[in-house]
Amino acid sequence: MLYFSKLRILFITLFSVLFILIASSNLFKFDDNFFDKKINLGLDLQGGSYLLLEIDNEPVIEQKLQNLTTTIRNYFKEKNIKINNIKINNQSIFFNVIDNDKQSVLNVFQDENSDLNPYYPRFKSHQLEIEDTGLNFKVNFSRQGLIKLKTSSQDQAIEIVRRRVDEVGTNEPNILKRGNNRILVELPGLDDPMRIKSLLGKTANLTFRFVTNDENDRFGVENLKFENGLEEATVSKRIIISGENLLDAQPKMDTQTNQTIVSFTLDRVGAKRFGKATSNGIGKQLAIVLDGKIISAPVVRDTIASGSGQISGGFTFQTATDLALLLRSGALPAPLEIIEERTVGPDLGQDSINAGMIALAIGFTLVIIFMIVKYKIFGLITNVTLIVNLFILLGILTLFEATLTLPGIAGIILTVGMAVDANVLIFERIKEELKDETNNIFAFDGGYIKSRTAILDANITTLLAAIILFFMGSGPVKGFAVTLGVGIFTTLFSVYFIARLFTSIYVSRNKDKEKLI
Amino acid sequence: MISFNKYYNHFNLLSSLLIVVSLLLLIFKGLNFGIDFKGGTLIELRASDSKINVSSLRDRFNQMDLGDVSVKKFGNDTDFLVKFENKDNKKNIIEEIKVNLDKSFGNNYDFRRVENVGPKVSAELLKSGVIAISLSLALMLIYIWIRFEWQFSLGAILALFHDVIVTLGVFSLFSLEINLSIIAAVLTIVGYSMNDTVVIFDRVRENLRKYSDIKIFELTNISINETLSRTIITSATTLLALLAIYFFGGEILKGFSLAMILGVVFGTYSSIYIANTVLVRLRVSQKTVLREDEKK
Repeated sequence: MLYFSKLRILFITLFSVLFILIASSNLFKFDDNFFDKKINLGLDLQGGSYLLLEIDNEPVIEQKLQNLTTTIRNYFKEKNIKINNIKINNQSIFFNVIDNDKQSVLNVFQDENSDLNPYYPRFKSHQLEIEDTGLNFKVNFSRQGLIKLKTSSQDQAIEIVRRRVDEVGTNEPNILKRGNNRILVELPGLDDPMRIKSLLGKTANLTFRFVTNDENDRFGVENLKFENGLEEATVSKRIIISGENLLDAQPKMDTQTNQTIVSFTLDRVGAKRFGKATSNGIGKQLAIVLDGKIISAPVVRDTIASGSGQISGGFTFQTATDLALLLRSGALPAPLEIIEERTVGPDLGQDSINAGMIALAIGFTLVIIFMIVKYKIFGLITNVTLIVNLFILLGILTLFEATLTLPGIAGIILTVGMAVDANVLIFERIKEELKDETNNIFAFDGGYIKSRTAILDANITTLLAAIILFFMGSGPVKGFAVTLGVGIFTTLFSVYFIARLFTSIYVSRNKDKEKLI
Repeated sequence: MISFNKYYNHFNLLSSLLIVVSLLLLIFKGLNFGIDFKGGTLIELRASDSKINVSSLRDRFNQMDLGDVSVKKFGNDTDFLVKFENKDNKKNIIEEIKVNLDKSFGNNYDFRRVENVGPKVSAELLKSGVIAISLSLALMLIYIWIRFEWQFSLGAILALFHDVIVTLGVFSLFSLEINLSIIAAVLTIVGYSMNDTVVIFDRVRENLRKYSDIKIFELTNISINETLSRTIITSATTLLALLAIYFFGGEILKGFSLAMILGVVFGTYSSIYIANTVLVRLRVSQKTVLREDEKK
C-alpha cells in the first residue's frame, strides 16, 4: 500500500494536472479551437425556456380513417364487391357486405402482400385490424399501425417546429423527440417565450375556398367564423389552394391602402389552380381560412395568373410577420399542446449561479477548516485531495460537456461534504491500528486494507441512488444525479491515488514518529 | 466509551412513535405537493415598487378567476411566489395575467420564473417519483441482501424506511412543499442512510468474527463507539456543506437542502438506534456470521 512506482506518481500527477487544466478552461476564453469544450449551463442557470409539446393525434387518425373509407370503397368496387353502410365511429370504420363477399374481404385485409393493408414483417402485424362483429365489419388501426402513424406525425411535426423556431432566430435551440407523441423544445436565453408559444400553438392550416350560398354544394359546406369572432360565412369544402402550394410568404406594406399585408408566391400547380379559379369566380368571395377561421374573404375582381397574391386582414406588422413565418414553415400535421413550460429569466439564472458559487465556497471553506482542526497534517492532505477532486469533477463535466444545473451545483457541494468520508474511514482505521501496532508503516497498510470494504459499500449505495435519479429524474434533477454520480468516481480516484500518495510520503518520512495521526 | 446500548429501548420506543405519528400525518394531513406533482402554474415575481406587496398581489390575482391562488414572499421583500391551479389549463394565461398586472402596477414588476405543468405531466412526474423512490429502496435491499446476512438487511431496511417516513412526516407537519428536488433529496437520503448503516454493520460483523464471548448487546455498542468519530466527522462535514446550501444557495434550493439536512440527522440516528437494535432483538451471534461464511 505504501509503495508508489515512479511511473505511477508521474501518471497521477499528469492526470491531475490535465484535469485541472481542463476544468480551468471554463474560466478562460480560448481564441482558437484549441480546446473548445465547456460545461453547459442548464436553463435554470443561464435562463431560457423549456417547453414540452404534445401532439394531438386524434384529428390525424380521423383524417386517415376518412381517407380510408374512400380507398376501401374504390378498392372493392374494382373487385365488384359492394360496400354498404360505411361509417366512422369511435376511431373505427364500420361497413357491411353481402355474406358471399365476407371471406374475400377478410382475405384482402389479412393477406401479407395486401396493398390495401400494409404488413410490417418486423412486428408481425398489419397496419389495420379487421373484425367481424356479426352485424358488420369493424376496421381500426392495429397497435403497430397506430405507432407508425404517431411516429410519422411526430417526424413531420418536429420538422415544422424546428423551422418555426429557427425562423424566430433564437440561439442554439434544442429540439428533441420524447416518446412517440411529444416534442421537447429548449430555448436557452429566451426569457419571454410568448411569441414562440403562440407560433407553436398554431397548426397553420391555410386554405383558399369560395364563399357560397349553395347549400347543396357538391363538396359540402361549412359555417366558419371570421377571425374577429363576430361574423360568419358559409364556405365550400372544396379547397382551391392550400398552404402546401405556397413557395414563399412575406409581410409587406401595401402602399395604396397603407395596410400591412402578407404577400405570397405559389408553386406551379398552385398558380395554375389559382388562375383558373379566379378566372371562373370573378365577382365571388374567396375566403382565406387559417385553422378553421376566416382571415378575410375578398371579392375576386380579376384573374390572377401570376401565381402571387396577397392576404389582408387588418394585420399589425407583428401579426403579418408571424403569419408569413407560419405560412413559410408549413402546417403542422396535428395540433400541438404545451403541456409543460418552465421559463427562467436570465437575471434569476445569474442570481442562482452566484448563490450556488457562494454556497460552494462557504461549504468548501467550512469543510476545509473542520478537517484541519480535526486532523492537522492529515486534514491538510484531505484538503489538497478535496481540491484536486473538485477540479477532476469539473474537468470530467467539461470533457463530456455535461449540463450543470442548480441542483447540480448542490450535488457538487454535497460531494465535497461526503468526499472526506473515505479519507476519514481510512485515517480512523489507521488510528485504531496504531493502538496495538508500533510500526507506523504496518498500521498505515492495515488502515487502508481494512477500511476498503466499508468505503466500497458506502460509495456503491450512493451510486445506486444517483443512477436511479439519472434515469428517472428530469431536467435540473438529472444534473444533480450527474454531479453526484461522477463525484463518487472522482472521490474514489483522489482518495486512493492522490491522498494515498501524500499519506505514504508523510508516513515513510515519519516512520518512527510517536503520535503519527 | 459511550453506552449507547443503555438507551436502545427508549429510542426504539421514540422511533416507533415518530413513525406512527409520521404515518398518521401522511395519511390524514397528507403532503403539500407543489405544481410539479399537482399541476398548475407558478410565477416568481420581482417588484420594483413598494406598492406591490403580498396583499395587493393577492387582490389582483383573486380578481382573475384562476382558482386557488397562493401568494407568498420569496426570500426577500421584493420577490414573490404566486401559485395557482390553472384549472381550465388556459393557454395564454401568462399573457392575460401580465396585461392585468400592467393595469395596476405598470412596468414595476418582472416575471423571473414561470412554470406551468399540465395535469397529464404532473401525474406522470408523481408516478415516476414514486417509482424512483421504490426502485432505490428495492435496489438497496438487494444490495444489502447480497452483502450481509438477512438480519443485517432487515435492520438496514428498517432504518431506511424510518428515515424516509420521518423526513416526509416533518414535511407534512410543516406543510413544506414537495417538488421534484425533494424526490432527489429523498433518494440521496436513502443512499446516505444506507452508507452510514453499512459502515457500522461492517464493523459489527468484523467484531462478531473476532470475539465469540461478547454478547451482541455489548458488541453493537463497541462497534458503534469504534466507528463513532467517523460517523460524527462525516455527518459534520456533510451537514456543513448542506447548511452552506441552505443559507447561501438561494431560495430555490431551500427545500432540497432542508430535506437533506433532516435526512442526514435521521440517517445518523437510525444507523445507531434502529439498525443495531434490530441485530440485538434478532439475537445475532457469531454463529450467524460463521454459518454464512461456511456457505460461501
